[in-house]
Amino acid sequence: MSLWAWVLLGSVVAWAIKFCGYLVPVRWMASPRMTRVAGTLTIGLLASLTTMNAVSAGQGVVLDARIGALLAAAVALLLRLPFLVVVLAGAAAAALLRLLS
Amino acid sequence: MNEHSPRFTPAVRIGLSIAVATGLYGISFGALAVASGFSVGQAVALSLLMFTGGSQFAFIGVVGAGGGGAAAFGAATLLGIRNAVYGAQINRMLRPRGWRRLLSAQVTIDESAATAAGQWEPSEQRRGFWVAGIGVYVLWNLFTLLGAVLGDALGDPRRWGLDGAAVAAFLGLLWPRLRSREPVAIAVVCALATMLALPWVPPGVPILLAAAIAAVWGWFGHGPANEGLEPDVSPEGNGGQG
Repeated sequence: MSLWAWVLLGSVVAWAIKFCGYLVPVRWMASPRMTRVAGTLTIGLLASLTTMNAVSAGQGVVLDARIGALLAAAVALLLRLPFLVVVLAGAAAAALLRLLS
Repeated sequence: MNEHSPRFTPAVRIGLSIAVATGLYGISFGALAVASGFSVGQAVALSLLMFTGGSQFAFIGVVGAGGGGAAAFGAATLLGIRNAVYGAQINRMLRPRGWRRLLSAQVTIDESAATAAGQWEPSEQRRGFWVAGIGVYVLWNLFTLLGAVLGDALGDPRRWGLDGAAVAAFLGLLWPRLRSREPVAIAVVCALATMLALPWVPPGVPILLAAAIAAVWGWFGHGPANEGLEPDVSPEGNGGQG
């Protein structure tokens, strides 16, 4: 399948999942256990995506300028800076480290 | 209730400020999508059609890290499951009918659900949901287009540190959800599992492994039920994180 096909399929399924919430009995979907799984799933996936984008190199682990980006972003978040500033801090750190090395 | 027109009630004001704060960072999504190898058209399509920030970032993040379309689809879809919970909450609050139901599903995201849930009166819940949902939709798409066009013009994404920007974006999405000890533990375990799995399995699979760990943790755990369901931009704060 082409990337376009996956983009469109992913979009259809994303809407279908949202719509599912409107169809199922409120009691079932809003049960504490379902809500909990949806929450822990979100945390686990975002933690995994953060890690993968920070250290993966194809099929392997590499520590490079992206670790600097991770640290810079963490500092920006600790300082409660807005999301866009956090992203810019990550980019600046990676670009700067590459320029220096 | 005041007698003025309901144009700028508290829910409308909160919805608008959430829309501006969230919509703005569509620019980072657009730029990162292009840096990850997507065309401007694909970046815009993801924002118009998929329209759920976490899943969109997951989709481009997996492809950018060398994963295939199927792995990207899997990660994005799993990350979108929480939207079903929001859908159920909005359905209980607003009871939309007919075409409104189809439309409200599309704008059911972290931010619109949180804005509605933060209000007590049903009319304010409705205003908050629609103003935040449609406001984020419009601005998120405009800024995605802007970011994608800018990203396209930048050239080599690594020179501008855009791979570092992707790392920062994911940490920024995760951060507001780490409010107590248990979510931190889940995040650490899933990050370690990802790192250990990376050299041994095809790209994209470590994410699914982390998802499985997190789901089992949630199913058998005993923590509060709303863990991990915080909006990226808090409705209480003024656009700040957490």
